[in-house]
Amino acid sequence: MTTFIWVAIIIIVLSIVGLVYRLVKGPTPSDRVVALDAIGVALICLVGLFSIIVDTSFFLDIILLLAILSFIGTIAFSKYIEKGDIITRDNSR
Amino acid sequence: MFQVFCIFIPLLAAIFMPFFFKKISSIHTGWFVLVVPVFLVIYYATFVPAISKGDTIIEQLEWIPSLGISFVSYLDGLSLLFSLLISGIGALVVLYSIYYLDRTREKLHNFYIYLLMFMCAMLGVVQSDNMMTLYLFWELTSISSFLLIGYWNNRDKSRFGALKSTMITVAGGMMMLGGFVLLSIMGDTFSIRELIAQAPELVTNDLFVVALVLILLGAFTKSAQFPFYIWLPDAMEAPTPVSAYLHSATMVKAGIYLVARFTPIFAQSEVWVWLVSATGLLTLFWGSFFALKQRDLKGILAFSTVSQLGLIMSLLGVGAIAYHVEGAESSIFKYAAFAAIFHLINHATFKGSLFMIAGIVDHETGTRDIRKLGGLMSIMPVSFTVAIIGSFSMAGLPPFNGFLSKEMFLTAMISIAQFDLFNFSTWGILFPIIAWIASVFTFIYSFYFVFKTFTGKGNIEELPHKPHEAPVGMLISPVILAGLVVVLFFIPNILADTFIKPAVMAIQPFLYSSPEQINIHVAAWHGEITTELYMTFGIIALGLVLYLTLAKWQKMYNLFPSKLTLNNLYDFVIYELFDKWVARLSGQYMTGSIRRYLSYMLGSIAIIVIATLFIQDAFRVSFEDASPIRPHQIIVILVLVVGTITTVFAKSRITSIVALGLVGYTVSLFFVMFNAPDLALTQLVIETISVALFLLAFYHLPQYRKEEERTRFRFSRAFVSIAVGVMVTLVALSAHSQKFIGSISEYYKETVYSLAGGGNIVNVILVDYRGFDTLFEVAVLAIAGIGIFAMIKLRLSTKGDKL
Repeated sequence: MTTFIWVAIIIIVLSIVGLVYRLVKGPTPSDRVVALDAIGVALICLVGLFSIIVDTSFFLDIILLLAILSFIGTIAFSKYIEKGDIITRDNSR
Repeated sequence: MFQVFCIFIPLLAAIFMPFFFKKISSIHTGWFVLVVPVFLVIYYATFVPAISKGDTIIEQLEWIPSLGISFVSYLDGLSLLFSLLISGIGALVVLYSIYYLDRTREKLHNFYIYLLMFMCAMLGVVQSDNMMTLYLFWELTSISSFLLIGYWNNRDKSRFGALKSTMITVAGGMMMLGGFVLLSIMGDTFSIRELIAQAPELVTNDLFVVALVLILLGAFTKSAQFPFYIWLPDAMEAPTPVSAYLHSATMVKAGIYLVARFTPIFAQSEVWVWLVSATGLLTLFWGSFFALKQRDLKGILAFSTVSQLGLIMSLLGVGAIAYHVEGAESSIFKYAAFAAIFHLINHATFKGSLFMIAGIVDHETGTRDIRKLGGLMSIMPVSFTVAIIGSFSMAGLPPFNGFLSKEMFLTAMISIAQFDLFNFSTWGILFPIIAWIASVFTFIYSFYFVFKTFTGKGNIEELPHKPHEAPVGMLISPVILAGLVVVLFFIPNILADTFIKPAVMAIQPFLYSSPEQINIHVAAWHGEITTELYMTFGIIALGLVLYLTLAKWQKMYNLFPSKLTLNNLYDFVIYELFDKWVARLSGQYMTGSIRRYLSYMLGSIAIIVIATLFIQDAFRVSFEDASPIRPHQIIVILVLVVGTITTVFAKSRITSIVALGLVGYTVSLFFVMFNAPDLALTQLVIETISVALFLLAFYHLPQYRKEEERTRFRFSRAFVSIAVGVMVTLVALSAHSQKFIGSISEYYKETVYSLAGGGNIVNVILVDYRGFDTLFEVAVLAIAGIGIFAMIKLRLSTKGDKL
């Protein structure tokens, strides 16, 4: 069981390294944003695996938070790339 | 108590002067002022019988008892003599100024406040036995002198002169303070009397010579000795009463007083004897030589003052030799100190009167330029008579008092050549020769001053005013002084018994136990033809010849390169060195660039810390209680390193921002791996927000600044950043490797539930054990929020009128 989890951790960390390569290299901003999103997901997995190893439920909050942040972050980047603005001004004012 | 209070009487009187000036404007304010010095003269005159017997009178008023600082009025022969000079000449100068300064055109209250301030300061200087209060009054003389020189503050030259004199005298005053402090450290007292009592022990102290030189620098700057005399000619922009009072009779003698006062302490030292006598002699020669170059009446007198002060100073230096001679009280060296005091009195009388005459000439003709003057003899007979008396006395001719003191000066100078200690036997021969040459020049400029002004044909029609004799009131003071010049010649021994001998006793207290023991009898004619007398004949003969041929060789002065003067050196130091070079220097490193300043700060911190680590041998590496490193941690660290390197070397800014976000997330992963869930949570949220904020800032960059450009490589910056990194690493390693005490976290672990009733130890620490920090971090956040709101909303333009 432990061996299996460690192997999983190593694989995920390696995938993070691959994603970081994409993040650094990524020819367009979109590549980088997708890489960042995927890093977020990989981090979620990592934290989950850690929680199993250290046998604690304290890190589950982090998993939820990461999921939310990763989502918001990706949305914000996407909106930025799409419209050049993140928070649109209220036109009625 | 009253004796100490008397020092402050002028200052108290000064308070009322604006009232007199504003409310009683029909009477010249000077008349009210005159009361003060006259009262002081009478008051100090009552001490004369007691002091001339050799007694000393001391009164003390505690000021800061815990530090041993008190106002002291210590009257012995020396300080009483100076007090009488200050108040006496003060009275005459005030009287003169009543006629000199116009009641309606001048701001008299200012003038008299400064003058009274000065009088108080001067009395304080000469009567203070406590070195700290002496310094206090010393600086007050500098300040009041500054105010008086700059009295006509709408003139450029007045302000320049005031600034120059203050720069030089205050610099000297500071040095003197240093000397005082060293002395008080050596002797553990501020009292000069107590220091004199322990003089023999002080000589062996290491600080002795340093204190000596510092105090001498104070005295030399104040008394306009070489090379610090340069402020005195520029101080001639002051009103003439000020020049007569401060820059001939009193303030410039404060340095003389200081040297005389400290002679019992320092005379043991060879350095003192040499410095004082050689500097004095050099000043004497220099001043007398360059006096002939001057075109301005007061300029001549200023250089003459410089030279005469040098004479007195060199006499004090020679007088200090008496400490080194067996049986000095019967030797020839006893004359020196006596002659110094005698000439000091004489100089105050004749120089005061000469300045007043210069002022009268200026006042009545409108010019002080000696080339425009001439032929005033028949128009201003009284002034001419006074000028003749003063000048002849200055030149050292009988029957005036200057003759007596010059004879004694020559006696002292000849005696030094016979002294075989401290190399005086070889170099000492120069002393009488230089003294003699300087006396010749003194003779010439005295004649130059009086005869070029009053005789000759002159062009009276071209003078700015039509000249006429001065009003009687203006002539009173110079006539009194000139009278003294003559009277003192005929009764020198009465003067000697009442004033000079007690003063000499104050300078040489180890030699005499009472003033009667000083067996010096002054006489114009000793009944025998001495070497001094031959020298005087020589002075007169050569002086006359040179004076008559003056027009031929005065041009020689133009040969001196005007660039190589001490004034130019001063201007260079002040205006080139300080103003320009220093400005340029600070311009070199104060570039206004934050990058520069950061690299100064970080670089110096790194260098200091690393150097300290190795100099103190504090660097240790030990991995005893370090945790094992897991393979996945290495990979995460690699990710972190790659993220950091990308941030630094990224080509575009947005890559940097994203890489920075990666670093932040990786850090939160570390928090997870090291079991800190709360930190990880916060870190994630904060990192997200700050990346968003970075993006916001990036988005609003002006288009032209968005140019994709790599950070340029600079060696110095790379060096600083590597140094800082090395520093942090070394400190962290060392700090980890040497722990003296364990952690206090066990306490929290044990009591988190039992005492605080919580399960989350981090949160309990934040709000319970150490909630105080949290409170203020909340405050920091609030301030930041309000600040951002204010910066966005409040848009004051530079005009400041729109909200």
